[in-house]
Amino acid sequence: MSKTHYEFKPFNLGRTVIWSLFAIVLLVMPLIFTGGLAQTMLSQMGIAIIVCLSYNILLGQGGMLSFGHAVYSGLGSFLAIHTLNMVSKGNLPIPVSLIPIVGGFSAVLVAVALGWVTTKKSGTPFAMITLGIGELVWAMSLMFPGFFGGEGGVSGNRVAGAKTLGITFGPQIQLYYLIAIYTFVCTALMFAFTRTPLGRMLNAVRDNPERVEFVGYDTQKVRYFAFIVAAFFAGISGGLAALNFEIVTSEVVSGYRSGAYLLFTFLGGATFFFGPIIGAVLMVLAFVLLSEFTKAWLLYLGLVFTIMVAFAPGGVASLIMMNLRVASFGYLRKLWVSYLALAITGLVALLGASVMIEMVYHLQLNVALGSEMKFLGMTLDSKGVNSWFGALFVMLTGLGLFEVCRRQFVIEWGNIQIDIEREIKRRETL
Amino acid sequence: MSYALELKDLRKSFGHTEIIRGVNLAVTAGERVAIIGPNGAGKSTLFNLISGRFEPTSGDVLLNGQRINGKRPFEINRLGLSRSFQITNIFPKLSVFENLRCGVLWSLGYKYTFLKFLADLDDANDRAEELMAMIKLDKKRDVLGMNLTYAEQRALEIGVTIAGGAGVILLDEPTAGMSRSETTRFISLIKEVTVGKTLLTVEHDMGVVFGLADKIAVVVYGEVIAFDAPEAVRSNTLVQEAYLGSAVADAQAGGH
Repeated sequence: MSKTHYEFKPFNLGRTVIWSLFAIVLLVMPLIFTGGLAQTMLSQMGIAIIVCLSYNILLGQGGMLSFGHAVYSGLGSFLAIHTLNMVSKGNLPIPVSLIPIVGGFSAVLVAVALGWVTTKKSGTPFAMITLGIGELVWAMSLMFPGFFGGEGGVSGNRVAGAKTLGITFGPQIQLYYLIAIYTFVCTALMFAFTRTPLGRMLNAVRDNPERVEFVGYDTQKVRYFAFIVAAFFAGISGGLAALNFEIVTSEVVSGYRSGAYLLFTFLGGATFFFGPIIGAVLMVLAFVLLSEFTKAWLLYLGLVFTIMVAFAPGGVASLIMMNLRVASFGYLRKLWVSYLALAITGLVALLGASVMIEMVYHLQLNVALGSEMKFLGMTLDSKGVNSWFGALFVMLTGLGLFEVCRRQFVIEWGNIQIDIEREIKRRETL
Repeated sequence: MSYALELKDLRKSFGHTEIIRGVNLAVTAGERVAIIGPNGAGKSTLFNLISGRFEPTSGDVLLNGQRINGKRPFEINRLGLSRSFQITNIFPKLSVFENLRCGVLWSLGYKYTFLKFLADLDDANDRAEELMAMIKLDKKRDVLGMNLTYAEQRALEIGVTIAGGAGVILLDEPTAGMSRSETTRFISLIKEVTVGKTLLTVEHDMGVVFGLADKIAVVVYGEVIAFDAPEAVRSNTLVQEAYLGSAVADAQAGGH
């Protein structure tokens, strides 16, 4: 049945539209948000998108829970900054725009060396080995200050080497567009990877490694090759980060950094390809904005993460896809009242809780300023009974109302799912 | 002459317990062999030894004359032996089509490549479509493995097993848990898709055994006590004793 003639492949309109939109968003974002902070954040988002997508090759597509992915992005960063410094000194005639690729290939070398041991086992042993290797590299970063720069890290200057078309990468906007190009190309390549034999066998290894062995594949090799591919993209992201910050400290290989990749890839949604993109955007928003807004940001982050793991293990992406499904059958308009009610009651509960959290932080950190504090325009007395009682009352009221709305919502949601199933059956019989 | 599959004095111990105690069996190419025996006789262990899931303690497994014991399952699969499982063992989060395509990729030589798109692999896609029609799941092309009915999952299990085009097929209780009418349909399906192949199957259902097999091997306490045509096995006194063993023993006990 092999095809000897030319076959017309239908033009995939939906996919073309989505990729064009992605490119346009990358292009116009800095034109809409023109501030310095915005440019910094957008650059970081591009970098984070690459690394979270690369992490998801392991987590979502391969079922490999890694606690040490920062080893590969981090070592990519270090080799990139050393390469940049060699370019600055005139020892190496490569353009600055290609330095992230140097980061990528150096991460590949590290993965080739460490990956075989790491991928020997799947599941819990895999997670343990990545944790161990992460600690190993982190400890080494303090042992070899010559390479890792010790406490101060290694700094560089990205305005170096040949200036093609007058592009120096000095202004942040020029670097942003370099990052945007890398983000687009890497995302496209990683999406393409999911459509290849290795990408598909990686899913099979995630689902049922034993069976894979009985269809002719060595599961360790599948994991190993995928691990190297993931490291390559992590290294590129590390190289871009080195150019962006012009300084690399040992923090970039830390377990803390690996944990952030895991947390936000999961929050974004590991079961869909685009989930980690959402996760990456959230990561930068949390690290840059939320941390400015409140000192208790890690606490809020932990709260959100816990709630997501418990109630929406597919992450934001799965919530979006579930609602798209409902919308495609025309039921979404039935739900918007419920969503509004959930949002309002949820916000009320959050308001009460956050007032208490902020008062605790105020008591701990700002004792010298007295017990009075401002929060969202309210004046609170962190030692006063009124403030505490009020906050508790608001939170409990919010929680109670939220629970009422949630129960109503669960019933509505269930009914809609039944209707959808019925509709699908009806269409099948047509 | 050389056999498709030959077991020579095969033994397997777990700790001090010998489960397989010197099995000899020679299967000619193209034969359908049913392996029967009471629960715990070692039928599944035998399959695990042949397919590389366990390594034999001693003795040899020969596939087309080549010694395969000690090899990993994927190496044995590449040499042309494929097996199914008693407990459904498919890829639950992949669609029917993807399940089957995963089964054909290696045999068509695509290995671990990530430089080709699956959509462009016309031979793999055609083969997967063909298999899907053979196991009559072509209407369920995009349904995830875990959302199929039990009988459909069993059919997919067989589909994945034969996908790589292996010459020797091992089926471990393919009809376990199926209703009678499902079983009948399923047996004719198995016959259809394994034409020209060497087939070994573990089976409890005697109706199935006599309908499907050219030869029957009876395994009792880790040994093959009979290996012959169905009619000969049926009249074999050793087999009757093994199957009616408890009744005979009861009668003897009552006689004293």
